[in-house]
Amino acid sequence: MSVLLATEHLTMRFGGVVAVDDVSLSIEERELRCLIGPNGAGKSTFFRCLTGQYRPSAGRILWRGEDITGLEPHQIARRGIGIKTQVPSLFDGLTALEGVVLALRRQHREREARRRALAVLERLGIAELAHRPVGLLAHGQRQLVELATVVAPAPDLIILDEPTAGMSAEETAGTAALIRDMNRDHAIVVVEHDMQFIRAIARKVTVFHQGRVLVEDSAEAVLADPRVHDVYLGRPPEARQAVPA
Amino acid sequence: MPGEGPGRASANGRAAFEAALGLLAAGIAAWWLPQMLELFSIINATVYTAMAVLALSLALVWGFGGILCFGQAAFFGLGGYAYAVAALNLPDTTYAVPIAILVPSLAAAALGYVMFFGRISDVYMGVITLTVTLILFNFVNSTAGEEWRIGAAPLGGFNGIPTTPPLNLPGDPGTPLAPEQIFVLAVLCLGLCYALCKLVLRSRFGRVVVAIRENELRAALLGYDVRLYKLGIFTIGGAMAGLAGLLFANCVFVSPTMFSLAYSGQIIIWVMVGGIGTLLGPVIGAMLLQALTAWVGTLPEINPNLILGLVLLVAVLAIPRGLQPTVAGWLRRRLPEDAA
Repeated sequence: MSVLLATEHLTMRFGGVVAVDDVSLSIEERELRCLIGPNGAGKSTFFRCLTGQYRPSAGRILWRGEDITGLEPHQIARRGIGIKTQVPSLFDGLTALEGVVLALRRQHREREARRRALAVLERLGIAELAHRPVGLLAHGQRQLVELATVVAPAPDLIILDEPTAGMSAEETAGTAALIRDMNRDHAIVVVEHDMQFIRAIARKVTVFHQGRVLVEDSAEAVLADPRVHDVYLGRPPEARQAVPA
Repeated sequence: MPGEGPGRASANGRAAFEAALGLLAAGIAAWWLPQMLELFSIINATVYTAMAVLALSLALVWGFGGILCFGQAAFFGLGGYAYAVAALNLPDTTYAVPIAILVPSLAAAALGYVMFFGRISDVYMGVITLTVTLILFNFVNSTAGEEWRIGAAPLGGFNGIPTTPPLNLPGDPGTPLAPEQIFVLAVLCLGLCYALCKLVLRSRFGRVVVAIRENELRAALLGYDVRLYKLGIFTIGGAMAGLAGLLFANCVFVSPTMFSLAYSGQIIIWVMVGGIGTLLGPVIGAMLLQALTAWVGTLPEINPNLILGLVLLVAVLAIPRGLQPTVAGWLRRRLPEDAA
């Protein structure tokens, strides 16, 4: 399979703080990748570099071999990268349908955009929210509306930053099924903390720690890795032996 | 099925209906009022109408574009001066009309380009627009000397250009428009601007502009070039303010006060009192407050600005959402469900 997105020695510094430190990572076409790491590991900063919200201090970002480092967010989005941000980023004053239609309106005419938007809302099981203002929805519903907005234009790569945060168990299970389903056509990168969720969807997992890639392996191997337990639970090195595999 | 809700087609139909209603109201006012009013009142009504166009321009830029512009008066003044200078130099004043709209549009486009493509944050945008207005005010104020003239038009410093000729019948320079005709023209311009705003806001462009106001980052992440859309709405607002300046130049005359801080502030007050995010509200707000200021001005020993400030204070506290949303909400509660 060919490489869709790659970073080469990507580094992002804020003054003396190195939030992303020399990260080289590649995502292949139709891959489903999980990214985990404790708070402050640099995941969100890494994504902000990928989507053009931050200009990286060093390194390159390649999209299908083309250097897209330093492009504007809309230019990167137009190449086919969709991102669901950690805190839902939505058009609060618009209805769910209006927002999803706008997501489609760059590629499609009004009637077609509307038809597709309704289909996406239907697929996510939130068709009944179509005409509700997004600002009035519950957190879990907002997550789903944002997911619909991101997925609707069918980007080649979908980045989901904590898609199940604030969702009910039922909504989480639904989202896992949806992500596996979407993965048939799109490459997906998911950031999550919920290990159950990761077991349910993941094939390959990358662990971030202190701005660097700590481990990159299959889900089973990563979840059994004592180093991963250490960074999540903060165990001292001498206690490693006690960690159940 | 949820898809059968308020459809896009019917929403477009409604926008077209409201635009037509605005034009119809303007038509009726234009036909009826000149028969009712005496000359002084007609000129006053023309000034109010010009101010309503000005209010509409900021309602679009601020209320829908989310760009708080403290310098809408700059485009108003530029429109007025561009008209005056062009009208004094051209045989047929009709040709001054496109110039009076084009000059402030270009100024808005240039200023907007610097602000939006330069990633200036909202607060500094306010500072920059205010500063530009004050620079223009001071500049025009200091053009009293004989050397300050463009062709046949002396800029006149703080005296302005009292010799500005009014518009003539298109193609007939010998027949200047009467005050009644200027009034009719102003009312029709207001109706057209209102209709234009309605249609712009229903278009894809307008909906993206509103989406950017709601969430700039999300709009960018969906592939929209936020800077371009902001520039677009800012330029349309500049053009509309220029048209207001042209109308003002035709019923009063142009002077540096058009660029003054007092005007810039008033426009913001009109929009706030009328309701941010509405169109009709600012139009009514502009007219009501103008009428109030004029009336207070006739009272002895009362400073109109004091009253205007008081009105703003009371309005912000009593009807924080503004006139139009408050009245609409009240009507909705009074009327039966299906009528609202």
